[in-house]
Amino acid sequence: MSLIDSLPRVARPLRLPRADGLIQWIVPLAIIVIWQIACVTGLVPTRVLPAPSDVALAGWKLLLSGELVRNIWVSFWRASIGFLIGGSIGFAFGLANGLSQLSAKLTDTTLQMVRNVPHLALIPLVILWFGIDESAKLFLVALGVFFPIYLNTLHGIRTVDPQLIEMGRIYGMSDGELFRRVIFPGALPSIFVGIRFALGIMWLTLIVAETIAASSGLGYMAMQAREFMLIDVVVLSILIYALLGKLADSASRLLERLTLAWHPAFQKR
Amino acid sequence: MQTALLLPETERDQRQRTRIAPQARRVREDRPALGLPLTIRNLRKSFGDNEVLRGIDLHIPAGQFVAIVGKSGCGKSTLLRLIAGLDKIDAGAISFGEAARPEDIRVMFQEPRLLPWARVLSNVEVGLGRDRASLDAHPRAEHALTEVGLADKRDQWPSVLSGGQKQRVALARALVSQPRVLAFDEPLGALDALTRISMQRLLERVWRDQGFTAILVTHDVAEAVALADRVLVIEEGRIAHDVTVHAPRPRERGSVELASLEGSILRHLLSADDRT
Repeated sequence: MSLIDSLPRVARPLRLPRADGLIQWIVPLAIIVIWQIACVTGLVPTRVLPAPSDVALAGWKLLLSGELVRNIWVSFWRASIGFLIGGSIGFAFGLANGLSQLSAKLTDTTLQMVRNVPHLALIPLVILWFGIDESAKLFLVALGVFFPIYLNTLHGIRTVDPQLIEMGRIYGMSDGELFRRVIFPGALPSIFVGIRFALGIMWLTLIVAETIAASSGLGYMAMQAREFMLIDVVVLSILIYALLGKLADSASRLLERLTLAWHPAFQKR
Repeated sequence: MQTALLLPETERDQRQRTRIAPQARRVREDRPALGLPLTIRNLRKSFGDNEVLRGIDLHIPAGQFVAIVGKSGCGKSTLLRLIAGLDKIDAGAISFGEAARPEDIRVMFQEPRLLPWARVLSNVEVGLGRDRASLDAHPRAEHALTEVGLADKRDQWPSVLSGGQKQRVALARALVSQPRVLAFDEPLGALDALTRISMQRLLERVWRDQGFTAILVTHDVAEAVALADRVLVIEEGRIAHDVTVHAPRPRERGSVELASLEGSILRHLLSADDRT
């Protein structure tokens, strides 16, 4: 996820018909091909980096044993539950502080102070509180996801065109209707920026938490493999993280396209 | 000060008037109550130390088309916002003759203020106010869209419309609740010259069809004399001139009568400049 991706496109991008869906995979595929060649020719020693074919083989073995699916599922579950908890709380605070001056005065300063503590610095404390239980990982993911969603929801609501809000009032909208028809749709593009930043932070937090304190999950699988010098499994875990991250990003983009069809940046031209 | 300019009515105009009359009667029949009269007494408004309106007294009969002109900062937009109930009155009173519902008074702004995330038809439905949820919301909105000639755009997003089309959707939204007073705050200010003229014709047509009381704030004196029954010139927070336009409708743009009236109003506005 990059900042450029999260901004609405103003200029019309150069497009090749039909090849649009495939073109983005050319670079990753080329990297894998070059990597394979480098390993086979001995340019890169397999002690440093195993060949993609070896990584695929390791993946196949783990898939057969059921270990891979179980670990992916555990990590996916942690990521989604943590995201849902942190995201909903962040969204709720963003709404409350965007809509109510009192709520903003009461909580914003505190939240800004907490925001400036790197949430991964809390790991020692979190382990003391929760042990290496599920709740420790969920807590860290939720905390990491909270801030991008909170800040962008707040920003989205604060920057809804005041002329549209005045228009809504003139045409007799109740507070609920004004929120549903004007404020929330107006804040939605900004909320999506928050979601996409949050997805990045979600994976980052989970990797760190699972490598430091866990007894299952992808990060744990990678750490176990390191103990036994299984470098192919280590590389496999990293690649799976990359794929899951891409999957989450694509899902949020799809959602964006469906809900922001009115936005000029998302209209088919 | 009252200035009246009487113009001879040509035969052609009389003919056209009789041709319109039956249609106007029909509209009047299915709408028992038309425009609301408007009475303003000693209206004052200040923002901080700046007294924008310094005692406005005005009566607008039901169904009249009034244009308000003046230099920027003279208080004309403030007057309109007070009439539309958008700002609070400091002193004085505005009354509409009888109890007006919120749907009876509508405003159209310089910006279309359409919801970008709602299709054109839903944007028009917003104008129904409390009747938005009623069963006939759809047909009523469609009727209003047809009125402004945009029935075929009902399922479009506002972002694909041109500036003039957006402003027509905003007009349909203002008309859909069948308002009895319609206030225009320079609604054509941001449009190009040709679109302006066709929008002026549209405004005049819907005003004649629906019979609401129209109050148009504009900086374009030519537009004011082309559309209004009466032009008010505001200077320094007071009504400086109250000019009745007797030219018969439909008015011919650029006619000598309108041009001379426009010239005399412009002279008033500019002479105030020379005095200061």
